[in-house]
Amino acid sequence: MTRTFLGMPATAPRGVGHLRGDEPFPVAARRSLADAQLRRNLGHATGTIRAKSAAVIGEVPDWEELREAGRAIKADTMARLPELLQQLETAVTAAGGTVHWAADAVEANRIVTDLVTATGSDRVMKVKSMATQEIGLNEALEAAGIEPVETDLAELIVQLGRDKPSHILVPAIHRNRAEIREIFLREMPGVDPALTDEPAVLAAAARRHLRRTFLSTRVAISGANFAVAETGTLAVVESEGNGRMCLTLPDTLITVMGIEKVIPTWADLEVFLQLLPRASTGERMNPYTSMWTGVTPHDGPQDFHLVLLDNGRSAMLADEVGRQALHCIRCSACLNVCPVYERTGGHAYGSVYPGPIGAVLSPQLTGVEDNASLPYASSLCGACFDACPVKIDIPSILVHLRAEHVTAYRNEHRLPSAEAVTMAAAAYTMDHLPLYEAAQRRSRLTRFAGRHGRGLPPPLSGWTVGRDLPQPPPQTFREWWVQR
Amino acid sequence: MHLDVLIHRLTDYGAAVHRCADDEVAHVVDAILGGRRVVIPSGLPRHWLPDTVEALADDNLPTERIATADGVVTAAAVAVAETGTVILDAAADQGRRIITLLPDVHICVLRVDQIAAGVPDALARLDPRRPLTWISGPSATSDIELNRVEGVHGPRNLHLVIVPRGSHHSLDPVGDPHSLPQA
Amino acid sequence: MRIALFVTCLADTLFPEAAKATVRLLERLGHEVVFPQDQTCCGQMHINTGYPGEALRLVRRHVRAFAPYDVVVAPSGSCVGSVRHQHALVARRAGDERLASQAEEVARRTYELSELLVDVLGVTDLGAYYPHRVTYHPTCHSLRMLRVGDRPLRLLRAVRGLDLVTLPQAEQCCGFGGTFAVKNADTSTAMLADKMRHVLATGADVCTAGDASCLMHIGGGLSRLRTGVRTVHLAEILASTEATAGPIEQPQPRTGGVPL
Repeated sequence: MTRTFLGMPATAPRGVGHLRGDEPFPVAARRSLADAQLRRNLGHATGTIRAKSAAVIGEVPDWEELREAGRAIKADTMARLPELLQQLETAVTAAGGTVHWAADAVEANRIVTDLVTATGSDRVMKVKSMATQEIGLNEALEAAGIEPVETDLAELIVQLGRDKPSHILVPAIHRNRAEIREIFLREMPGVDPALTDEPAVLAAAARRHLRRTFLSTRVAISGANFAVAETGTLAVVESEGNGRMCLTLPDTLITVMGIEKVIPTWADLEVFLQLLPRASTGERMNPYTSMWTGVTPHDGPQDFHLVLLDNGRSAMLADEVGRQALHCIRCSACLNVCPVYERTGGHAYGSVYPGPIGAVLSPQLTGVEDNASLPYASSLCGACFDACPVKIDIPSILVHLRAEHVTAYRNEHRLPSAEAVTMAAAAYTMDHLPLYEAAQRRSRLTRFAGRHGRGLPPPLSGWTVGRDLPQPPPQTFREWWVQR
Repeated sequence: MHLDVLIHRLTDYGAAVHRCADDEVAHVVDAILGGRRVVIPSGLPRHWLPDTVEALADDNLPTERIATADGVVTAAAVAVAETGTVILDAAADQGRRIITLLPDVHICVLRVDQIAAGVPDALARLDPRRPLTWISGPSATSDIELNRVEGVHGPRNLHLVIVPRGSHHSLDPVGDPHSLPQA
Repeated sequence: MRIALFVTCLADTLFPEAAKATVRLLERLGHEVVFPQDQTCCGQMHINTGYPGEALRLVRRHVRAFAPYDVVVAPSGSCVGSVRHQHALVARRAGDERLASQAEEVARRTYELSELLVDVLGVTDLGAYYPHRVTYHPTCHSLRMLRVGDRPLRLLRAVRGLDLVTLPQAEQCCGFGGTFAVKNADTSTAMLADKMRHVLATGADVCTAGDASCLMHIGGGLSRLRTGVRTVHLAEILASTEATAGPIEQPQPRTGGVPL
């Protein structure tokens, strides 16, 4: 067993994994916004899920109490995370599992690759897992000559299409049925050329395609939705049965889990098993949930490894405002209600964690300067906070991270940014009444910029691309007040 | 009342629900799987099986044999009315997890007194040391345009047979699941 | 009742009609309105852009200006939201616990206009008259930070002559978001386009809201498209009476509506 102490928090290392985009959000968003098909696909999908989720949440009379309970359990967990993780390790070990501690993506990839190599298998099957996406495990396995096969339908669509996931729950949400049919016809060996774009037909094609893989692959890799410290029980929540296949059929199971997924007690599951499906897929309960504790003789994998992944999480924990992003149970409700996500899709965020939660998770995992545009990728409308089943105050974290970015920039550059100069000047002006009133009078000069703002410098000129400027009135309110 | 809620939820998911006396279960199984090959866990009450099925008792059957079966018949540990869920805990009348996974038809026999009102109640009845499978309707996916479509990798047909209180009780001894007697 | 007007820098400078209407309305209801002259800006723009340090002096100024008053009203959900949810945080972040508790005290006495009318003054029928087809956009901060709920709608329903039409997908953000509209102008414009489409679908000739900032955004877009649909602050509608409402046009200049 390898063991790394959780002390000395570090951010997720560069050069590995998928937490950083190649370009700032506004640049990537511009390209997505130009894709009319993408906008239609996203609008349809998020509209559907919002309606479904609202209906089943409406059935639960104590939904607000459940949300509060979820928040409280997570806050308690974060307050004593090291203790709970050690308790989990003890319980898993006692039940016949092996626990590994990975400080970052590099270490986690090495641990998993070594474990697979030791089995002699050159192929692994995978259950959809955000943690393994985060660390770029598939690339690490491929580099070691091991073929990773994604078994979740959406992940399969993404993998076959050599695409990137764009949603936490439904990674292929940006694809409609016609596009999925084309990908299957092009990339799925032996697929029926008469394949239609009926979702049931497409699902059946995936069933046939993966059946052999399930029956013949001896190693599986999963994530975990929850890990119960008290009992050592792991839980995977899914729909298709590919999770059950991976958790049941192979000889060896390797579960990679972010350290924040631990919950204190067995009874705590009652809160999250009620919150997650309704907030996530809009179902009263998802079709399948598997729970296992270590190894059960003659039933399921006889070799079980749990890899506890830090990769920037301990660093997040040190931030009193930002740490609540670790409460996330990856339901993706915030994506589905976000007006920004609905229009730009997930790829614009650059990280495997898109949407509002991604905009607060990714910059904290990597250090804010590596994802400096993400905290600004929100109008702060607050829909995400309302939708979050564990009440993460995403808008407040976004505002907090904007300040972190400003501070980091200030510390790294000798000269202040133009924005910082403007902001300081504006604050000074607004704190001196004569200056403020003079500025008000001056603002009338923008009348000469015209309604289309042709006289304005960037970035203010960006405003006038699609909107007319308000025309300053002949008299400010305070001038009127004095005269009346 | 829990029973009505459970039936409503299960039907909503596309599962078929049958209600009968304990000694009529075999008729229901016959109607669904008569003439077919059926895997059964070692502790399944034999009177639930009609003569018309080819029974394949799971005494550590190899995966390939289980995969050739048309269906599987098991008991259940607990059901959750509120969410339309049946939970298997690998007791002798439910068997190893694999047997309810590969066959395309799963017939699950449930006693009325095994129905819990909600998730908290169900968790309290379960032993976390056992491997647990929570099943809410047939295998499904929402990955294509977020519409729920039944039938991906798990059994595409789920039948719940609900029998009265006091019917067959599992003979599985309560205790450490890691030392369960295996068939 | 003696009520201090927190005018907001935006209404003071660019949309004085909303503030004047707030004054006229409260005076018509028999209340005394005072205007603390030292007020300028609540600092929300600074806080939300990442400059809480710079905002500190504005929080201090705001608290100083409004501490003497028992009731404070602003014709803005967003600025009241900042006072209520951000001012104390900014003070605490700077280690000024005394300012934080003063800010909390001011926040407790600060109301958005519809909150003041319905909750504090206990009125919904203000005797207003406004013969137009109107749709209401619930701005995000009124809706989610302040939870004003249906208060503005109850006030509008009591206005004589007003034909209130429901805005489809009303709760979707208009895309303003302060600095967001500048830093992510393309996404903001896409959100605005959908909001305008929904406004136009109602057939209303006036779109109203409780925030001048969002109205500036929506109004700027509607003006660019030359739709003929105007944006009017909730306060102006509630302040209108038979005596003030012209048969065709409101007398006040509107967003983008004044030719050079």
